[in-house]
Amino acid sequence: MGGLMQVVFDALSLGSLYALGALGIALIFGVMRLVNFAHGDVIAFCVFALLWPSVDAVAIIFAGNLPWFLLIPFTLAVGAGLSVLSEVVVFRRFRRVNPATMMIASFALGFVIRYFLLMLFSSRPKSILLLPGLSQPVEIFGARIPLLQLITILVTIAVLIGLTAFLRRTRFGLEMRAAAENFTMARMLGVRANRVIMGAFALSGALAAAIALILGSQTGTANIMMGASVMLMAFIATVIGGMGSLAGAVIAGFALGAIATVMQVILPPDARAFRDAFVYGAVILVLIFRPQGLLAARGTRERV
Amino acid sequence: MTELRADKVSVAFAGLKALSGVDLTVTPGQIVGLIGPNGAGKTTLVNVLTGFQAATEGAVLLDGQPLGSLKPHEVRRRGIARTFQGGRLFRDLPVIDNLEVTGVGLGQSRAVAIAEAEAMLDWVGIAPLAGRIAGALPYTDERRVAIGRALMGRPKFLLLDEPAAGMSAQEAAELSALIRRIAVEMGCGVLLIEHNVGLVLGLCDHIVVLDSGAVIETGPPEAIRASEKVRHAYMGSAADIDLPVLEVEA
Repeated sequence: MGGLMQVVFDALSLGSLYALGALGIALIFGVMRLVNFAHGDVIAFCVFALLWPSVDAVAIIFAGNLPWFLLIPFTLAVGAGLSVLSEVVVFRRFRRVNPATMMIASFALGFVIRYFLLMLFSSRPKSILLLPGLSQPVEIFGARIPLLQLITILVTIAVLIGLTAFLRRTRFGLEMRAAAENFTMARMLGVRANRVIMGAFALSGALAAAIALILGSQTGTANIMMGASVMLMAFIATVIGGMGSLAGAVIAGFALGAIATVMQVILPPDARAFRDAFVYGAVILVLIFRPQGLLAARGTRERV
Repeated sequence: MTELRADKVSVAFAGLKALSGVDLTVTPGQIVGLIGPNGAGKTTLVNVLTGFQAATEGAVLLDGQPLGSLKPHEVRRRGIARTFQGGRLFRDLPVIDNLEVTGVGLGQSRAVAIAEAEAMLDWVGIAPLAGRIAGALPYTDERRVAIGRALMGRPKFLLLDEPAAGMSAQEAAELSALIRRIAVEMGCGVLLIEHNVGLVLGLCDHIVVLDSGAVIETGPPEAIRASEKVRHAYMGSAADIDLPVLEVEA
């Protein structure tokens, strides 16, 4: 029982990361048809923001030492701020180009962020001690799991509920849902296009920051490549979920987390090193049978 | 004087004239029909009147003032609303949200938009559909939602682009009654583009006939029915064919 519960919690916490990442990508894709490959680098940027203003890992003098109730808003603000800045400085200029060009621009932006971090912090991973109290284990249903894993799952559930309420109950959410389905029509009806897009970027950046906090606490390191692996899985989750479908992105994120965790358990030890190959194999199978994704967003099919 | 007027509007696409020197006026409470064969330029004219397409020559005047190069949502805010062929609703959103987002886009607060959306659905006769997902509605209901959406903010003028396409005679008659209510009860000036000539002849006070981008005839329904030019444009000959008239419930 304990072993099974352990697998369930592992799957849920890994799925949470993927779901949060996939949501961040799907939010922007929904309103702009942009696959933002810089998302992973925004995650890495947020982790390194904890070292500011020092670039030396052993001398954390500001952000990383903040109490949690300041640390969390600080990191979320950094993520949201960088993401909105990337919209204003880069993506706004690409509004009228085709999605492939925007995607290339996002790659370029990702490299700029990554090499900026490389220049400041070098490529050697830094150790950061973030919210150390979270590593102690708690016992649930006979399974001993780190408190952080539980918090990751709960935070993700809270984010999903909060985001759903935001999209359903607020004026901004209404405009965002309309713009995600048919941006041109929404604009013609007077929906505030720039604000909706900036809002989507801010939310997406805040989600990247949430992942940064979770990853930073989990691994205890800051690494300029740390967003990339989450980004890849999150991107796959948005594709499987149906590009632009928020619900699909979340479901697929959790499904990928579950598949990866289960593979880790059931694969023979020699094959475990190839776990990701099996996961990607499962992805190919899904896309062969449902190329439009699990829950295809209508806006991707019909545009005015 | 309140009126929406196209003044010698011409539109050329890559040298090809889609509209040439079209004049048309709609006044509040009036239902003007715009008919013509496929490719006559009807939708292009609606696009020009609503800011979706710039006129190459001529102007669109609202109450005597030229609209200039206003964007579609700015034209909408001045009280000129339109529907689109095929409805073009936000198909993943509930019906009420389709209306609400229009109100919000017009600058209403959310509470005002919700209240007006509910009242409008009731007025159009589809209040029970408020919570339904727009994309799952039957065709005729979808059209009514599109009209309800266009009526948000009580526009002075409503331009309907083929609202009866694909409807049965009974459904078209119900739609006619609704359009008449829009003109009479709301005092809205309606420009009706429709392939169903019978519906237009039975409903409109005044009809403009376009062919190949130019106005070939204007006048009351009787004059249009009697016009040789109109018969020729529609039938390709001056054959003696009676244009049908659809009876409209008062």
